[in-house]
Amino acid sequence: MKMNGARILLECLKLEGVDLVFGYPGGTVINLYDELFTFKEIRHILPRHEQAGVHAADGYARASGKVGVAIATSGPGATNTVTGIATAYMDSIPLVVITGQVPTPLIGNDAFQEADIIGITRPCTKHSFLVRDVKELATIVKKAFYIARSGRPGPVLIDFPKDVQIAVTEFKYPDTIEIRGYKPTVEGHPRQIEKAVGMLLTAQKPVIYVGGGVILGNASPELVELARKLNLPVTTTLMGLGSFPEDDPLSLGLLGMHGSYYANMAVSHTDLLVAVGARFDDRVTGKIATFAPHAKIIHIDVDPTSIKKNVRVDLPIVGDVRGVLAKMLKVVEMQVEKVADFRQSLQPWLTEIDEWKTKHPMFYKPSTSVIKPQFVIQKLRELSNPDAIVATDVGQHQMWTAQFFQFTRPRTLLTSGGLGTMGFGLPAAMGAQAAFPKRQVIAVCGDGGFQMNLQELATIVQNGLPVKICILNNNFLGMVRQWQELFFDKRYSQTCMELPIDFIKLAEAFGAKGFQATKPNEVAAVIKKGFKTPGPVIMEFKVAREEKVLPMVPAGASLTEMVLAS
Amino acid sequence: MRHTITVLVENEFGVLSRVSGLFSGRGFNIDSLSVAPTNEDGISRMTIVTRGDEQIMEQISKQLNKLIDVIKVIDFTDESAIEREIALIKVTAEDESRAEVLRIVDIFRAKIIDVTPRSYTIEATGSPSKIDAILELLRPLGLKELVRTGPAAIGRGAKGWKG
Repeated sequence: MKMNGARILLECLKLEGVDLVFGYPGGTVINLYDELFTFKEIRHILPRHEQAGVHAADGYARASGKVGVAIATSGPGATNTVTGIATAYMDSIPLVVITGQVPTPLIGNDAFQEADIIGITRPCTKHSFLVRDVKELATIVKKAFYIARSGRPGPVLIDFPKDVQIAVTEFKYPDTIEIRGYKPTVEGHPRQIEKAVGMLLTAQKPVIYVGGGVILGNASPELVELARKLNLPVTTTLMGLGSFPEDDPLSLGLLGMHGSYYANMAVSHTDLLVAVGARFDDRVTGKIATFAPHAKIIHIDVDPTSIKKNVRVDLPIVGDVRGVLAKMLKVVEMQVEKVADFRQSLQPWLTEIDEWKTKHPMFYKPSTSVIKPQFVIQKLRELSNPDAIVATDVGQHQMWTAQFFQFTRPRTLLTSGGLGTMGFGLPAAMGAQAAFPKRQVIAVCGDGGFQMNLQELATIVQNGLPVKICILNNNFLGMVRQWQELFFDKRYSQTCMELPIDFIKLAEAFGAKGFQATKPNEVAAVIKKGFKTPGPVIMEFKVAREEKVLPMVPAGASLTEMVLAS
Repeated sequence: MRHTITVLVENEFGVLSRVSGLFSGRGFNIDSLSVAPTNEDGISRMTIVTRGDEQIMEQISKQLNKLIDVIKVIDFTDESAIEREIALIKVTAEDESRAEVLRIVDIFRAKIIDVTPRSYTIEATGSPSKIDAILELLRPLGLKELVRTGPAAIGRGAKGWKG
């Protein structure tokens, strides 16, 4: 059937299983929006800023595991998507971002609302396409979705000129596509996998170090089974939280800069570190030279560039983490007796870890006069549903959430780990809520990050998305303030927000509800009320202003050089 | 260490900027880069001369392979490839130095491709080290202008890049 480019794009999206897009209209996508007007199979949510639209698509993708889709117009619409795209790229989130472009004859002429968005986003997309001929469109869309979701996932941009949207051609969606330069290795090498199990079963102090790859690769069940079968302690990165239940005795929680004392001690004393879907980020390793100094390292990752990028690796396994872990389990299952002995042999190591846990548990000093932010996070966990989804911004509240929420399920923490994007939390929560209208979705924000995308309150209210927004208000850009306190002699340069915002009135202005707690004994009541009230709610907590995130490994220091909470 | 890398790429819009952007974005060196279409439809071939230790070379190779438009990456070791580049050299040639230039051109089996009463323009072809050598001899005579293509490299032996 003959149709125009705009319609073909929508048909392609439908065939890719897309039922929801986040987009913002404009001059060069007006034809696309005209087709969308009568295209009922795809729901469209209108954010109030393109950046938030991409974050929402990202939150949708993180929570659901599907590819998120965002649309923006050319020029400023396209440049506004850049932070959203870069955020998704750093955390390997599958997105397809469609930008309008000026008509092909005008490209390069500095036309109105023209920007070279392919050039601008080249370093922060997995790939990008400029559609120059409507006949190529269907193949491009199919390739874009395939590239976005396969291998190490990531955002793909399709730049879609206005004249190509109007041009008409016969529509046929290709059944298969061939990209000769893109063949991700998914099957881990069987001999390497056997070797890995061999190394594991002879280790005395093994630790599994898990990153976001386990969540992206849906490998949580295999990870949990392997760890429990062999009695292996598991520490996770920020991106890996939720992949291994933190209430399991084998869990060491978060490692790295704000990780637990026992996770960092375990990594510093282990003789075999098994990295699964993690990339040895500087926030995890601290000083590279002293990272896991006694350990052999096995690194399992679908992306070969992650291996040996930052640290030496003794045994690399390139492949899909789920498949590799499943095969490791099979190899383990063939050695029942050895496994029993191995479990036994780990007792001294597990005891050593337990001693660290007892010596320095994750800790903060409680207060009866002022609300401790960590206390709010604990109460949120206590009073929320077990399958609640938590999206955060970036900063102190993000770390407190990571430290104290106790994640037990994958895809329940949505956070900008790699890029560290303030303003991510609210729109990401919005996207997750759109994916799961019935689940409890909580946005945990600081007062700083919240103000970066607070316009999305309008989108949330308009679309009846009952996001529960928890603002830990210390009236500071808290993490930078903490660094200024510790390393810059308390010179709080531009980190005090000074102007107090009435977040309750703000909520009301947008048609949401707002509740505030100023004392510790009000916290539980506000959370309960917030959860019980239908629709979007702001819960504001006036927290201890100069509370620090601890433990902390100063930037560039070794993991053993932690500043602990006293 | 100096490495010559061959990169076979889809002859697509923007592929050169993807490759060069990868080098600049990740802080890798490019000494030279040459690119042109091959005998196969839709495939272009780049020859990149770069430097780095083993770990950096491994990253360069992996990162290039990660680009969707990159079909194959070959990191040639010194003996496994033949490298040739062309230099066009405009050199001062007056009075007694005219004969000297001609002698050098002859020794290196180069060619004079343009002549004026005060200059010669020379075309020299060969391995990068041969080009370096002729330049060293010509430099004292007065180099007015120099353009080098950067090497093109091809593997030794009967096999093509597909094996």
